[in-house]
Amino acid sequence: MSKRLPTHGRLIDRSKRIGFTFNGKPLAGHPGDTLASALLANDQMMVGRSFKYHRPRGVVASGAEEPNALVNMGQGAQFEPNQRATTTELFDGLVSRSQNHWPSLEFDLGGINKHLSRFLPAGFYYKMFMYPRAFWKHVYEPFIRQSAGLGQAPRDRDGDTYEHFNTFTEVLVIGGGVAGLQAARTAAQSGARVLVMEQTADWGGRAPVDGGTVDGAPVERFIEQTLAELQAMDNVTLRSRCMGAGVYDHGYVLGYERLTDHLPMAEGPRHRLWRVRAKQVITATGAIERPLSFAGNDVPGVMLAAAMRDYVVNYGVAPGQRIVIATNNDDAYRTAICLKEAGLDVLRILDARNSGGGTLMNRARALGIRIDCGRAIAKVGGGKRVKKVQICAQDGVGGALEEIACDAVAMSGGWSPVVHLWSHCGGKLIWDADQAHFRPDPDRPPTGADGAGFVTVAGSANGELSLDAALKDATEAGKSAAVAAGFKPRRGKAPNATATPEAALEPVWLMPREAHVGLRSKSWLDFQNDVKVSDVQLAAREGFESVEHTKRYTTLGMATDQGKLSNINGLAILSDALGQPIPATGTTTFRPPYTPISMGAIGGEARGDVFQPIRRTPMYDWHAAHGADWEPVGQWRRPYAYVQSGETVHDAVMREVTNTRQNLGLLDASTLGKLIVKGPDAGRFLDMLYTNMMSTLKPGRCRYGLMCSENGFLIDDGVVARIDDDTFLCHTTTGGAEHIHAHMEEWLQTEWWDWQVYVANATEQYAQIAVVGPNARKVLEKLGGMDISRDTLPFMAWADGQIGGFDCRVYRISFSGELSYEIAVPASQGLAFWTALHAAGQEFGVMPYGTECLHILRAEKGFIMIGDETDGTVIPQDLGLDWAISKKKDDYLGKRAQARSHMTDPTRWKLVGLQTEDGSVLPDGAYAVAEGRNANGQRNTQGRVTSTYHSPTLGKGIAMGLVLDGPDRMGEVLEFPDTEGKSHSAKIVDPVFFDKDGEKQNV
Amino acid sequence: MSEPVSALNKAGFDGIAHVQEIGLQGMITLRGNLAAKDLKAAASAVAGVAMPGVNEANCEGERGLCWMSPDELLVLCPYDVVQANTAQLQQALTGTHALAVNVSDARAVFRVSGPVAREVMAKLCPVDLSPAAFSPGMFRRTRMAQVPAAFWMVDEQTFQIVCFRSVAQYVFDLLSVAAQPGSAVNLF
Repeated sequence: MSKRLPTHGRLIDRSKRIGFTFNGKPLAGHPGDTLASALLANDQMMVGRSFKYHRPRGVVASGAEEPNALVNMGQGAQFEPNQRATTTELFDGLVSRSQNHWPSLEFDLGGINKHLSRFLPAGFYYKMFMYPRAFWKHVYEPFIRQSAGLGQAPRDRDGDTYEHFNTFTEVLVIGGGVAGLQAARTAAQSGARVLVMEQTADWGGRAPVDGGTVDGAPVERFIEQTLAELQAMDNVTLRSRCMGAGVYDHGYVLGYERLTDHLPMAEGPRHRLWRVRAKQVITATGAIERPLSFAGNDVPGVMLAAAMRDYVVNYGVAPGQRIVIATNNDDAYRTAICLKEAGLDVLRILDARNSGGGTLMNRARALGIRIDCGRAIAKVGGGKRVKKVQICAQDGVGGALEEIACDAVAMSGGWSPVVHLWSHCGGKLIWDADQAHFRPDPDRPPTGADGAGFVTVAGSANGELSLDAALKDATEAGKSAAVAAGFKPRRGKAPNATATPEAALEPVWLMPREAHVGLRSKSWLDFQNDVKVSDVQLAAREGFESVEHTKRYTTLGMATDQGKLSNINGLAILSDALGQPIPATGTTTFRPPYTPISMGAIGGEARGDVFQPIRRTPMYDWHAAHGADWEPVGQWRRPYAYVQSGETVHDAVMREVTNTRQNLGLLDASTLGKLIVKGPDAGRFLDMLYTNMMSTLKPGRCRYGLMCSENGFLIDDGVVARIDDDTFLCHTTTGGAEHIHAHMEEWLQTEWWDWQVYVANATEQYAQIAVVGPNARKVLEKLGGMDISRDTLPFMAWADGQIGGFDCRVYRISFSGELSYEIAVPASQGLAFWTALHAAGQEFGVMPYGTECLHILRAEKGFIMIGDETDGTVIPQDLGLDWAISKKKDDYLGKRAQARSHMTDPTRWKLVGLQTEDGSVLPDGAYAVAEGRNANGQRNTQGRVTSTYHSPTLGKGIAMGLVLDGPDRMGEVLEFPDTEGKSHSAKIVDPVFFDKDGEKQNV
Repeated sequence: MSEPVSALNKAGFDGIAHVQEIGLQGMITLRGNLAAKDLKAAASAVAGVAMPGVNEANCEGERGLCWMSPDELLVLCPYDVVQANTAQLQQALTGTHALAVNVSDARAVFRVSGPVAREVMAKLCPVDLSPAAFSPGMFRRTRMAQVPAAFWMVDEQTFQIVCFRSVAQYVFDLLSVAAQPGSAVNLF
């Protein structure tokens, strides 16, 4: 059983007890515990079930590499699944539940899968769910959806807040172990700005557990001193609980800081995502111990050897009482010595090496521990916890020589440097045959914009596993990063550490070496995704030679731990099966983040009210207070209609159309783009941008214009007003202001850089109000001011002046066919002018109208709308707008494209009006069908609906559409099938449904 | 004519820093050849300060000149004289290829102040805001979360931010979130 020891526990505060629950059971721990150490202290050796076979699983590691101990954490708005118990700091009131079982952890129905494992081999999903095809939707997919996933999905909205933080540094050190601290100190002594990130709450990494001396004193002293020195330096920032998550191009690094995970009641954001721009990055990310692949290596109680001594030294927790250790290297002897000194029974060390180990082995033997060389574990016995171990010869097939009862097993297969952050941005690896691991190739670092490397590795992350070598390496890394960042490092030697010499490791990828299939099919590689040695071997037999393909076929390394424990063992098994050396197989790709980071941190502040910017006009609040039903137009919110009590939205739209046609309507048109174009070449410039002639426009007058892309397609339209000889004001569509501004700047900066033209975007300077309807002039005359009579301010003229005491610019333009003035006032007075118009307009039947009314008014008049009649494939000629294309100009953007054969093809669909036989409304986007079927068996088509509305003015449905030979087919009836199986008949008519001669706007 | 109102009517928020919409500020976009003597003279005459260098702002009280791009200045002046000052610039630059436009109402102006103002800004803008890298007299056009913005420092603890008027509420909300209690980074 696992339990709390009376001694040890350098990180916990035994004077305080804190309460937490696991599966509803109240348990106690100490401040400084992780959830994993506290569970083990309470003999909770089984902490969850596996993903595929629902096998009982226990804590196997002590850090970020943990594959098994994932829990559902918290409740309600604080609930989060898949939290690693080994990196979760214990706090008072913590609520946790185990995952992946039903109905309970102890008794699980899904566990039946383990008896079906013969039928769930590698590639099971690909093999099983192919046939019959109809089963996918109704049988397989619902089954997989129910089984898939580890933790539960949260039900409530996340109750926490998150944020980003941008910072810049000369040197970023990732990892606060001894190597990271030494590298940071060396770099900082050069004067460079240094930022150090450590993923845990504590500095020094695993050195205090592994021991050693630096300059004659225990390594803890070195850590304290170095930390104090760094804290005293102005150019150094230290952040604990902050993981280097990803290294990206040009020294961009993401750091994931966990601010309140351990203090759930504290105010402020929960996580902070650091967006660091570093000149140089030092990764001092340490190394991870590899498991050994023997049968039953996943039974709760089997643990990495180094993790076992972490629990003893750091938390005063014994992972078992009677322990067997299996190893292929000297480091596991440290665990044996540590356990023995803590008063625990180390029953046996099974050293796979025939010749055994060195100094450390002798020390263990001197403590009275029995050591068997050339021996291996054949099989671990036990279900929910370890009960016994069968011992066999390493060089054999697994015939048991002996069986011993025990309650925990420590395993060590050697160490693999954490090369993830080195590799994220393209750093390459080399195979170190002596230590049997991949480590960074110093000659092929990730490179920056200048082609030089920007990442340096320090310490055990660089394959320097001993304390003395790690500190020397870190000193060099600190110096070289400082030089690369443009600083001069201070001279000085690395601290002098002493290390115990170690005998050579012997690679062991399978235990025993020739294990028979019965053992191989119980030897786990990937604990979290349930991938065994036999699965990888099967994949190789089935022809999966690439490690990337094998990964996806077997799901090896694809779980939330991304194979931190399994990858090297897996690719070694694959290499063996393929009969090739390990470097020939290579590794899978390391991708950020290093461990999963919260979605909240990625989103940062962008949630709730600030999820996206919403653009508001000066009258926004008035609209909201008057029943606005909003429509998003780009990032603007515009009123679709103003709904009065008792009305539907449709009712409101109909009322607004009728009122505007009969009385007086007001539209907030502030969102229309207003670009000021000025300079001696402004006329020439606009002649190139618009299809029609603008240079001939007289000051004081307005002209409607069309803008095309260089490929000839219609991209924007609007009214241009000439302000003076050199100055024009170009109105764009609401969504077009920014990109048409950019379009203008691009042509001015890249092609016509010598033309004298400046453009300014004055869109938001003005609140613009359309005053529309038969009473439009009356309300303006009542407010009083400038002369807006028919003769002084005729149709398509503009003038500056005052109305009702407001400075304004009045454009006599109409997008509705009514008598209409568009009036621009400074935005700071927009609301006041809007309310003044409403007050003055009461006697004239004033009502505001929204965008849908605007659409109907323009459709009744046959005016096109960018985005309805155009979709990026439509040219002005398709819309019967030839009148707006100048024949006199030598050139304009799009002219040449419009002369291409496809653009002049007479069979291009052209704009017409459409009217249903029964007055109903055609479905939007519906296609008109033609005779016959195409090569895909679909009905041929001959047109489509681009705009469709019910017109209250005409009392029937009206529509516009693009139709083959449309203008020549007036009166013909087309069939428009809808998506409900019904077909609608509509007659081709003139697109101008109302007041064709324009008498209403010309009064 | 009615009393002009700014986008948020001087809304404020107190967290780890103070956030304040400062009301109406006169602003003129001036485009032209920034190296030309007449343009420099005209701009300095209106603003009462010398021409700024690249990425710099020369501001004194409500007046100032900010470097926006190789051919654009932002001229600051009191709101009540902005029309007169725009006209003055246009007059002085008659016959020169230049564009002066009053954009005061197209913008909103905020201040973020306090000992950790730099941190609040660094949460939203990808700019090096350490005291060594950014100080009063400098000017930066950048993005603030998802919208464009420009800012400079009025003093060591105060930023002045210009954004588009339509997103004033968004920017105010952003700054309030970034200044929420308990969120100091303790870096600068």
